[in-house]
Amino acid sequence: MRPLKIIVLAKQVPDTRHVGPDAMKPDGTVNRGKLSTVFNPDDLHALELALNIKDRVPGTTVTILTMGPQKAADIIREGYYRGVDNGIMISDRRFGGADTLATSYTLVQGIKKLAPYDLILGGRQAIDGDTAQVGPQCADKLQIPQVTYVEEILEINDTEIIARRRLEKGVETVSAPYPCLMTVHGSSPKCRSRHAKSVMKYKYARSKTELRSANEMLLSLHEKRQYLTIPEWSVEDIEADVTKIGLAGSPTKVKSVESIVLTAGEAKILTSSDTDIEGMIRELIEHHTIG
Amino acid sequence: MDNFFKDTPDFKFHLEHPIVQKIVKLKERNFKESEHYDYAPLNHEDAIDTYGKVLEIVGEICAETISPNAESVDIEGPHILNNEVVYAKGTTADYKALYDAGLIGMGLPRKYGGLNFPLLPYVMAAEMVARADAGFANIWGLQDCAETIYEFGSEEQREKYLPRFNRDGVTAAMVLTEPDAGSDLQAVKLKATFDENEQIWRLNGVKRFITNGDADISLVLARSEENTTDARGLSMFIYDRSAHAVEVRHLEKKLGIKGSPTCELVFKNAPAELVGKERFGLIKYVMALMNSARLGVGAQSVGIADAAYREALKYAEERAQFGKYILNFPAVYEMLTNMKIKIDALRSLLYETTSFVDISKAYEDAMNERKLESEERSEMKHYMKLANVFTPLIKMTASEACNKIAYDSLQIHGGTGFMSDFPIERIYRDARITSIYEGTTQLQTIAAIKGVTTGVFLEQIKVYESEVSDENGILKKLLQEMTIDFETISKKVIEQSNIPLLDFHSRRLVEMAGNIIMGYLLVLNNQRDTKFSKSAKLYVNLVKSENKEKYDYIANFEAENLELYKVTEAKINVEVEETEEA
Repeated sequence: MRPLKIIVLAKQVPDTRHVGPDAMKPDGTVNRGKLSTVFNPDDLHALELALNIKDRVPGTTVTILTMGPQKAADIIREGYYRGVDNGIMISDRRFGGADTLATSYTLVQGIKKLAPYDLILGGRQAIDGDTAQVGPQCADKLQIPQVTYVEEILEINDTEIIARRRLEKGVETVSAPYPCLMTVHGSSPKCRSRHAKSVMKYKYARSKTELRSANEMLLSLHEKRQYLTIPEWSVEDIEADVTKIGLAGSPTKVKSVESIVLTAGEAKILTSSDTDIEGMIRELIEHHTIG
Repeated sequence: MDNFFKDTPDFKFHLEHPIVQKIVKLKERNFKESEHYDYAPLNHEDAIDTYGKVLEIVGEICAETISPNAESVDIEGPHILNNEVVYAKGTTADYKALYDAGLIGMGLPRKYGGLNFPLLPYVMAAEMVARADAGFANIWGLQDCAETIYEFGSEEQREKYLPRFNRDGVTAAMVLTEPDAGSDLQAVKLKATFDENEQIWRLNGVKRFITNGDADISLVLARSEENTTDARGLSMFIYDRSAHAVEVRHLEKKLGIKGSPTCELVFKNAPAELVGKERFGLIKYVMALMNSARLGVGAQSVGIADAAYREALKYAEERAQFGKYILNFPAVYEMLTNMKIKIDALRSLLYETTSFVDISKAYEDAMNERKLESEERSEMKHYMKLANVFTPLIKMTASEACNKIAYDSLQIHGGTGFMSDFPIERIYRDARITSIYEGTTQLQTIAAIKGVTTGVFLEQIKVYESEVSDENGILKKLLQEMTIDFETISKKVIEQSNIPLLDFHSRRLVEMAGNIIMGYLLVLNNQRDTKFSKSAKLYVNLVKSENKEKYDYIANFEAENLELYKVTEAKINVEVEETEEA
C-alpha cells in the first residue's frame, strides 16, 4: 500500500460545556472573550481517524489545517502533541466573520495550496454552529467525492477507501476513490492522548504572529529548530478573492437570536402503521392542532 | 474533561518546592542534553513546566480511561490461557493508553528512550494511577525494574533491555517470593546453575505470589552458590519471557487488587542473564529494588487514600438523612476532615521522601561519569541516610493510614458502602494489601527504628524546626513539646539496652517521630501557601494527643510485662504434630 497524504480540518470553538453566566452578550451573540476555547470535539475524532490510518499505512503523513484567530495556534500545537506531521494556520483579520460558505471557500484555497492529497478529514460538525455544512461544501468546491458521518475505516487499498457510516437508524458501508473528503461522526474512537515526547518537542511551537511578542530564548530556539514555527497563511498566500471571504463573502446574516427554554417532554416515535397514524390524528384533533 | 492532575493542586505545589531545583539540576546535568535531544529541557523552569504538562497527560488518562475501567477490571480479572496470563480487557486498554502516550520508562535516561524524569514527577504519576485503580498501579509501577537494570546491569544489558520499555511497552516483574521465603528472602531456594557448555545461566524452581509474574522481562532472585543457605548465596537474574521456559501454574484468588495477576511460576531450565555480580542479588540489588517498590507502595497508598476520601465526600454531599445532608453531622465531618488533613500530611511526607531518594540517586548516577567533589559526596551520604529511614516510614505510615481512611470512607457510606454498588467497596479491599507487600508494616518498623536509634529523625526534626517562622509560633511550640517527649521516651527505651523491649515499642516510637515530621512539613507548607493553615493546625493538634498516648503507654510500661505478652512456642508445635498425625 502506498503512503497517503491526509489533511485534517480542525476548528477552535468556544467550550460550550463550561458556559458561565456571561457567555452571551445582551444582544444574544456569543461573548467569545468570556469563553475558554477547545479543539472542536468531532474534529478530534477526525484527527484520531487520520492518525489511525497513519498507524496502518506506513509513510502516511497528516497535516492539520485550521482557520482562525491567533489563539487557534493551540489547535496546531494540540495536533503536534498527538502526532501530526505538519500544521498550518490560515489566519488573517480579513477572514473574520465568515459563515460556512466563506469558510469552506477559504479552506479550499488552503487545501489547493497543499495539493496533491489523498484524503481530507474533518469532524461532522462544530459545536458552536452545529451546521455540518463546511465539510460537504469543501468537497463540492473541490469536486471530489464526500462521505459524511464516518465511524470507521474498514479497508484502505491503493485505489479506494472503504468506510462505515453511522446513520440515525443503522450503518452503511461505502467505498470512495481518492482523493475524497470524509466527515467523522462522534461515535468513532475518541482521540488518543498527547504523547509525552511530542509535548516536550513541540511545546514551544509558535505561529509567526505569536513570535512577535516572544522572548530571546524562544526566538533563538525557533532559529535552531525551524519546525517549531507554525506557517501562517494570509489572504494573499492562498490567493483568495476578497469578495468571497470573511463578512463580505458570507450571505448568512443573523437577524436576531432568541433564548428558548425547551419545555417539551419525551419525544414519541411513530411508525408508518395505520394504528400509529390513526392515533396521531386523534391526538392532534384532541389538542385542536388540526380540525 | 476530568483530570486527576488538574483537580489536585498539591502536585504543582510539591513540584515547586525549593529542593526540586537541586534535583532537576543534578538529574539534567546542567541541561546539556537539550543539544542532542529535541525533547530535553532547556532550563529549570522548562523542566518543571514539562513535568506539569506530562503529568497532565497522566491525569487525563487516569480520569478518562483507568478510573472508568477499574470496576470492570476488578470483576473480570486476569486468567491463564495456554500458559499465558491474559489481562482483563480494561487492564490492556489502560496499559495501552499509557504506552501510547509514551509513559513507560519515565525515569530512564533519554539514551534508552526514556524521559529522564526524576522520581518526584514519576511518583506523582504513580499516586494518580493508584487513585484511579490501585491494582493497575502495580502493573504500571513495575517499570521500576528498568531502573534496577539501569543501575546494576552491564552496558550490554542496558542497551538490550531498556529501550524496549518506552519503544515496545514491555511489562516487568520482580520475582522474589517463594513458598518458604516471604519476609525472609534469605531463604530463597530457586536454583541458578551455570551451564559451562552453553555459557549460560539456567533457573529451576518455584516462585509464588509474583505480581505480574508473566511479564516480558523479569528480575529473578535465585541461589547461584551451591551449599549456601543465606543471603550471600543469592544473585539476581534477568529472564526474558520470549524463552518460554516458565510455567504459569496458578493465579491466586485475592481479596483486592484483583486486576493485578498474582502468579505461581515454575522455572524449567529457564535461560537467564546474571545482573551485576554474583552473591550481591539480595544484599544489594534487591534491597535497592525493594526501596523503590516501597516508595511506590507509599504513592499507591496515598492514591488509595485520596480516592477513598473523594468517594466519602461525594457520598456525604449527596446523602440526606433526618432532613439534612449527612455532611452536616459532626460525626461525619470530623471523619472527613481527619481524612483530608492526613492525606495532606502523607502527601507531604511522600514527596519529601521522594526528594531525598532523588538527590541520593542522582549523585550515585553522576558518580558513574565523574568523581564527586567532597562536598557532593557528603551531601549524597546525608540524603542517603535520610532516604533509608524515610522510605520505610512513608511505606508503613501511608499504608496503615490508607486502610483507616478507606475504613472510615466505607463507614460514611453506611450499608450502601458494604454493597458492591459504590467504588468504596473495591477501594477498601484494594487498600488491605498495602501494609503487607513489599515488606509488612512490622518489617518497615525494623528499618525505620534506625531513624530513632541513630538520631536521624531527630536531627531532621531540628532542621525543620529551624525553618519555621515566628508566625507559626504556636504550632512550633506544640511541635517542640512533642519533640521533647519523643526524645525523652526514645532515650528511655534505648538506654535499657533490651532488644525485645525496643522491638516491642519500635512502632510506637517510629510513629511518634512520623507524626512530628508530618506536623512540621504541614507547617512549612503553610509558610509557602496558606491553604495548608487548616491542615497544619488540625493535624498538629490531633497527633499531639496521639503522641501523648504513646508516650504514656511507653512511660508506664514495665519491662517485665513483656513476658506476659509472650505466646509459648511449644503449644504451637504440639498442634502442628497433632494435625500431621490426623
